[in-house]
Amino acid sequence: MSLIHLSVWDLALASGLVLLLAALSWRLHLGVERQVLIAALRSTVQLMLIGLVLKQLFAQTHLALIGLMVLVMLSVASWEVRSRQKHCYRGMWGYGIGALSLFVSSFSVTLLALMVIIRVNPWYQPQYMIPLLGMMLGNTMSGVAIALDHLTRQAREARGCIEARLLLGATWEEAITGIRRDALRSGLIPIVNAMAAAGLVSLPGMMTGQILAGSPPLEAAKYQLLIMFLISAGTGLGTVAAVWIGSQRLFDERQRLRLDRLA
Amino acid sequence: MAGLRLEGLSTALLRDVHLTLAAGERLFLSGASGSGKSLLLRAIADLDPHRGEVWLDDIPRSRLPPPEWRRRVGLLPSESYWWAKTVGEHWPASTTHLKPERLLNMLGFDTDVCGWPITRLSTGERQRLALARLLLNQPQALLLDEATAHLDPVNRSRVETVLEDYGNICNAALLWVSHDPEQRARLGGRRLVIRKNRLEPEI
Repeated sequence: MSLIHLSVWDLALASGLVLLLAALSWRLHLGVERQVLIAALRSTVQLMLIGLVLKQLFAQTHLALIGLMVLVMLSVASWEVRSRQKHCYRGMWGYGIGALSLFVSSFSVTLLALMVIIRVNPWYQPQYMIPLLGMMLGNTMSGVAIALDHLTRQAREARGCIEARLLLGATWEEAITGIRRDALRSGLIPIVNAMAAAGLVSLPGMMTGQILAGSPPLEAAKYQLLIMFLISAGTGLGTVAAVWIGSQRLFDERQRLRLDRLA
Repeated sequence: MAGLRLEGLSTALLRDVHLTLAAGERLFLSGASGSGKSLLLRAIADLDPHRGEVWLDDIPRSRLPPPEWRRRVGLLPSESYWWAKTVGEHWPASTTHLKPERLLNMLGFDTDVCGWPITRLSTGERQRLALARLLLNQPQALLLDEATAHLDPVNRSRVETVLEDYGNICNAALLWVSHDPEQRARLGGRRLVIRKNRLEPEI
């Protein structure tokens, strides 16, 4: 099997389908045609750009350049976590909690994969590192965002119950424990579902890509498994870190519930 | 046993409150709604950020861990909240050796109330059970935010009796926010009112 190159014409044909969708939306007064077109345009520009950047990056294996790329990925991911919160933390915390937990989880798991499992040499070889880290960040980001959103929403709704427990002499950890558990669970459900449905309902995106690009299916499946395990570990770690820091930030040194720290 | 002393307490609505309650003393606090009565009680229980210090006898609040302080100075909010399914799950864990039967009887409940689901309780029942829940902690001072607001006359006098007994037997200071002028006059004790962001004697 060999890789079949896509021509501009092939892509134009596929994009025609998106135009059709936009036309349909306009005809049926769904009002999403603008968003569809803008999103399609954005993804075109972003992916072409990243293709160009990666081409340069792969050709050089320069640590500083890779570091810069990684930094950009991390900041965009933390920004995304923040913007998905209905009531995000005020000040630097809104950004910082996401950034810190993403950093700790995605980086440690990616490093482990590169140095111990795949054993790339040098470990920062971008052809392995950037896609791996991208997958990790993308998935961990969703887990962290969902869990934090759940935590802050629930804390606002259950203010009376939390304070009632504090008033009866509970510590802040006792008062928030149920909400914290729910938040963790909600952050982990997507990846657990994805693992359970993998292969039966849908072929995961990465595996599909590898097969289309000519890899033997069994090799593709093995890589997919590796990624899934890494992603669940990373998501778990990141979600735990975010909920831990986030719930601590909800209380102050006198163990008062500080909802004024949320926007 | 335990007196309560506020020293320069400032909330969003009241500034620089100095107030001393002797052990076993009862003090009624009234004032228009929104005048800051509940905020004052919340500040004493250390539930909101504020300035000032509170003393329980000769122990300053800042010396005690917050959970310990809140167990000793018990606040009964005007609205009660319940987080578990049944009533019994809300009793404090540290006092399970203490039998709640007598207290529950005095408040007009049978002991089987412990197994009742929370959803079955009326507002008045919740209010009385919230008081039971608080007293099982054996607080040394009590802050009551309209403890009898949702009660019929029979249950109101039950609650009043329980609180009077508790104040007398445990010699606890009672800071009682009450909207009911008859209640304030009937039970007796010092009376203060909040007017224009100040604490004044009620005339």
